[in-house]
Amino acid sequence: MAQIPLHQEQVDRLKALAGDIAQQVQRFIVRHSSTSVERAVLRLFGVDGVDRDGTPLPNRLVEMLREQGGLSGGVSRPFAAALLASGRDPQTTAELIEQGKIPFDVPGGNTGRGLLERERQLGRDAVAKLDATRRRKRAKQLVHPVPPQPWRYLIVATGDIYEDRLQAKSAVAAGADIIAVIRSTAQSLLDYVPYGPTTEGFGGTYATQENFRIMRAALDEAAEEAGRYLRLVNYSSGLCMAEIAACAALEDLDMLLNDSMYGILFRDINMQRTFVDQYFSRLICARSKIIINTGEDNYLTTADAVEEAHTVTASQLINEAMGREALLTDDLLGLGHAFEIDPALENAFLYELAHAQLARQLFPNAPLKYMPPTKYKSTDIFYSHCLDTMFNLASITTGQGIHLAGILTEAIHTPLMQDRALSLAGINYVFNVARSLGSEIEFRAGGFVARRAQQVLDEVESFLGEVRGSGLMGAISAGRFAGISRRSDGGKGLDGVFEKGDDYSNPIMAQLEKEGVTDE
Amino acid sequence: MSEPIKPYGDTMNDGVVQLSFTLPVENSSRGKKAAELYAAKLNLEQVAVVHARQIATGFTFFVVYARAVPVLDYSTVAATEVAVAPLDFHEINDLIKSGLQRPLVVIGATIGSDAHTVGIDAIMNMKGYNQDYGLERYPEIEAHNLGAQVTCEELVAKALELKADAVLVSQTVTQKDAHLRNFTELVELLEAEALRSRFILVAGGPRISNDLSLELGYDAGFGPGTVPSQVAAFLITTMLQRKGG
Repeated sequence: MAQIPLHQEQVDRLKALAGDIAQQVQRFIVRHSSTSVERAVLRLFGVDGVDRDGTPLPNRLVEMLREQGGLSGGVSRPFAAALLASGRDPQTTAELIEQGKIPFDVPGGNTGRGLLERERQLGRDAVAKLDATRRRKRAKQLVHPVPPQPWRYLIVATGDIYEDRLQAKSAVAAGADIIAVIRSTAQSLLDYVPYGPTTEGFGGTYATQENFRIMRAALDEAAEEAGRYLRLVNYSSGLCMAEIAACAALEDLDMLLNDSMYGILFRDINMQRTFVDQYFSRLICARSKIIINTGEDNYLTTADAVEEAHTVTASQLINEAMGREALLTDDLLGLGHAFEIDPALENAFLYELAHAQLARQLFPNAPLKYMPPTKYKSTDIFYSHCLDTMFNLASITTGQGIHLAGILTEAIHTPLMQDRALSLAGINYVFNVARSLGSEIEFRAGGFVARRAQQVLDEVESFLGEVRGSGLMGAISAGRFAGISRRSDGGKGLDGVFEKGDDYSNPIMAQLEKEGVTDE
Repeated sequence: MSEPIKPYGDTMNDGVVQLSFTLPVENSSRGKKAAELYAAKLNLEQVAVVHARQIATGFTFFVVYARAVPVLDYSTVAATEVAVAPLDFHEINDLIKSGLQRPLVVIGATIGSDAHTVGIDAIMNMKGYNQDYGLERYPEIEAHNLGAQVTCEELVAKALELKADAVLVSQTVTQKDAHLRNFTELVELLEAEALRSRFILVAGGPRISNDLSLELGYDAGFGPGTVPSQVAAFLITTMLQRKGG
């Protein structure tokens, strides 16, 4: 693969700066938990379902505990005590609690061995579920091999999970390796995970555990025919990052959009809440081998792709460092970037190559997520198809990991079946005819691409220095990312954050942190 | 005087059209025949199904060339465009300063389920579009871009709070005509609250024409390729007309 000559010492400095920034945030994270983290704990313990009003039981239980002022210790120990009282399984116990048939409160000074052991057992059972999904996925990948990168990533978004199934299968038949089910609009702002199969959504389909199961089964079926492993994607973002990660792990999803920075900037999610939620969601992903996708590409939909290129790289470095704090390995870091430079700029393609190649070299083992042009897509669909062709060429030349299909009707409507087929035909063509281009060419030392990459790196270094000085939360407040300013006490979901008490316990988190990742 | 026109391929009045569509049929001789007959039902002649490809089990994509039959008398065609004299950045600022004698307050958003800010950003963001500065750059305009997925209620509340003179509404990507429902919902809300006349209401997006916007109850509509100064010129011209009248 062609390499831009970079200074390794500078790369090391950047990684160290990002590491410092992530650690500052981590010091905040470890002292806090959130309602969504606690609900995720209950889900991994085996609590699911809804009450008579349709409120998910994990929400009901966490609220019950909170009303009694007992959330600072976490939900785990009270739930273990309730299990001992009921003598039943977690789901039945949750139902009995909801019906008021058994007490659910903080077990006071009761830290007897029976209770602590029951709690630890709950934690071990939960982690065993994460280990099981990893093993199931690996077994499937032995039967149907994972295709070479870049993986072709297509979205479906009809609102009806059963219709999505049909659309997904047609995309697979045309060559898709990854299917993402776009979520219903504004689900990221719901402070609960909807329940059951859904057939109506707005601009997308609700993320529910049942919908995950339905689509997973459809893709497993399609894999039989396609002879390659098909990855399923959803969104662990917004107010339920940790819970969605739990549901996704239980249903063998492969990939999750998972990026606090995106939620803070573009969804106005409170930053304290989402940093806390993100940490636990990423611990779950690390153990379950779920690839995260980060949302840096979105910066360039509002900010200029040349002037603000360094904020993308800086954010990737920070996301990598925060991912490491949550034990994510390189193969799980789908760091995001995009092909969004104004096509009127002379040599725009060389800038794109420089940015894409820089990301490739900074994160050599990460399956980088590369987004197609959107901002300069035209309603002239033929011209838009040309833009996508150049994007496809940049992607294959620089060896990107996760290739989101550009769609010729991007500026008009959500994709029709034929739009997806045309997009994949273009991708398949370019990937085939230019498969080895990247290993045939060289980037000239001192040439346009190398100089541009160096310029971005220099800007990143000074930017990261600044962010370390103000702290990440301070930099976001100052509008340093995507030109959008968010306050640390503003946005949605702050009321769900709480400081961990001395008696806080979360056996899943404790075990994941202690044991780390495993490939068994 | 009548002016008959037809689509142009390479010879005047040849009527050449290209179209593409998908039919729920297998890709077979029978499937291609179905595409040909369907195009004939559209009143097309000399139908050539030049491309057929199966894109899913039981679905085939077709590209078709054909000759259109009807003739249109162009002299009978009328359409409106937003009719204001073009003004540049400086002229607009001067006009606001001298005519309005206070900043022009403009609020913009993408409403409904649409998550795309590209249209509203092109008009409002500092940088603007196609070498034409966005409204945020105008010293005499107080521009508030609320971004995407704003509900009509939020937009109206914010417009009142900021004492907006003009409300810009964008719809970029749509599914099953959701954009029309969203545009209508906003007008109905404003009318229900007896607020419609308080704001200059402008629609924008790739499927928007001025005619359509007027029909929906907006004061103007701007389609693809619109630059910010066109919108700003319309806003200040209309403001001053209303003030004068």
